[in-house]
Amino acid sequence: MEAMSSPGLLAPLSARRRRTDRAARALLGAGTILALVPLALILYYLLRKGLGALDWHFLSSDPTGSYFGDQGGIHSAIVGSVEIVGLAALIALPVGIGVALYLTEFGRGSRLAAGTRFFVDVMTGVPSIVFGLFIYITMVLTGLGGSSFAGWKGSLALALLMLPIVTRSAEVVLLLVPNSLREAALALGAPRWRVVLRVILPTALPGIVTGALLSIARAAGETAPLLFTATIVKGTTYDLGQRMNSLPAQIFDDVRQPQASLVERAWGTSLTLVLMILALTLIARLIQRRSRSTQGAA
Amino acid sequence: MERIDDIPTADDQLAEPVAKGRLQALPSVAPATHRVEIRDLSAFYGDHQAVRELSLEFEPATVTAIIGPSGCGKSTMIRCVNRMHEEVAGARSEGKVLLDDLDLHDPAVDVVSVRRAIGMVFQKANPFPTMSIFDNVAAGLRFTGSGRADVSDRVRQALEGAGLWNEVKDRLGKPGAGLSGGQQQRLCIARALAVDPDVILMDEPCSALDPVATLRIEELITELKQQVTIAIVTHNMQQAARVADRTAFMLDGQLVEVGPTERLFTKPEDERTEQYVTGKFG
Repeated sequence: MEAMSSPGLLAPLSARRRRTDRAARALLGAGTILALVPLALILYYLLRKGLGALDWHFLSSDPTGSYFGDQGGIHSAIVGSVEIVGLAALIALPVGIGVALYLTEFGRGSRLAAGTRFFVDVMTGVPSIVFGLFIYITMVLTGLGGSSFAGWKGSLALALLMLPIVTRSAEVVLLLVPNSLREAALALGAPRWRVVLRVILPTALPGIVTGALLSIARAAGETAPLLFTATIVKGTTYDLGQRMNSLPAQIFDDVRQPQASLVERAWGTSLTLVLMILALTLIARLIQRRSRSTQGAA
Repeated sequence: MERIDDIPTADDQLAEPVAKGRLQALPSVAPATHRVEIRDLSAFYGDHQAVRELSLEFEPATVTAIIGPSGCGKSTMIRCVNRMHEEVAGARSEGKVLLDDLDLHDPAVDVVSVRRAIGMVFQKANPFPTMSIFDNVAAGLRFTGSGRADVSDRVRQALEGAGLWNEVKDRLGKPGAGLSGGQQQRLCIARALAVDPDVILMDEPCSALDPVATLRIEELITELKQQVTIAIVTHNMQQAARVADRTAFMLDGQLVEVGPTERLFTKPEDERTEQYVTGKFG
């Protein structure tokens, strides 16, 4: 006890340290609020300006293009966005997760892995419009697949954009899987591919899903790669081989128009896009929670 | 399934023990008959040599303990037996490890079949976090693609063998990670037992456990040695004295001395062994 009763331990906190502590806390609090302000404002304006536009007609009809009267809704844009982003996800998610698995499980420490990691980092920094340009030059101008502009070409541009995001986020999560689990599975006589499928992927799944959602949300909001790949049209098509409308492109088109009703449609479209991404995130969280509760985890 | 047939070694008799695990429908209660013989084993991490030309045998139906100070290479040595050593980047080994006369380090031998024949229990219990208790024990059977019909029987037998059945039989569907530390380690032993291995290697299996849980595992080891050949690495000399029939003392990657446990602790032949077991260093 004698060693404990040094005077320094019992002395009150000095005034200077208390002041510093209070100032630091205030600074962090202010920073947090500052970061939340624009976010809250965006949501506020989206709801205020967009909510009025949302109704069944808005969701179920195509843009009419008429200068007077009914301007129509965004049906074609919703269908286009879902199909284009869906196909992009179908391409980017398996490839991206596969690359991440190669980097963490199979090629660890190899030259190819180091090079791949470098290029993935570089790709993360490429502006989205460049991906659009690349597809435009290589596939649209050349008329690949029998048409110039097409939904699937937009999907490719988006997939290129998603690839580094998916790869990077999946790699980070896979690296977090404890090595003891790999060893446990290998020591049971599991071939490496089974270790990956049965142990590593399930363990890392929640993080991989989060990264996948992030990349889908990012792609769903991208305009630039779609403008000169899938372009902007009015009518609904389910055929990815045709020109396709999309939500960001529709916003881009409407917000430049002089008519107040078209600007209002842009707000409504924005709100729809945000709500769709929100719904996707919620569904994924629910699925995750359910799969976790069937395992009975506390 | 027929992995063993891929091994070009013409000698069928040599290949037999590795195949045994899959040919038999249920875990054997037959006495352990499998022996491991390590011959001139050297193991490296890059340029660093962790094990130096070591020769040692694990006799059937006995527990062999490997003791020695930290960093003496005992874990590395045991990880060479089921070829887990080669999973470490930059690691390699030389020499032979024979399981009933089949050289497991022969390049023609499939590493997967080696690990099916030689199970391992690690220092820290490592149940699969996404799996239930049942699935954890069944994992080895499913990983190796064994017939599925009798999975629940074998899970039960393995859990009984690991002395865990009565504690978990009502919550087989609950996650393995929800068990206590000692139970988790016995779950890992059950997981290793379920695939009916010829040999089980234990790498300091009790170092993260409290004394009661440790005692439980030690009792288990004594029970299990009748059906499976066991080698246990431990830094705890009392543990070696309690569970092992034979004890090997390692120092600086070399085998100093091996013999019946009691003899090694009471009348060591080598001066270094005596110094270590009497606590003069380590």
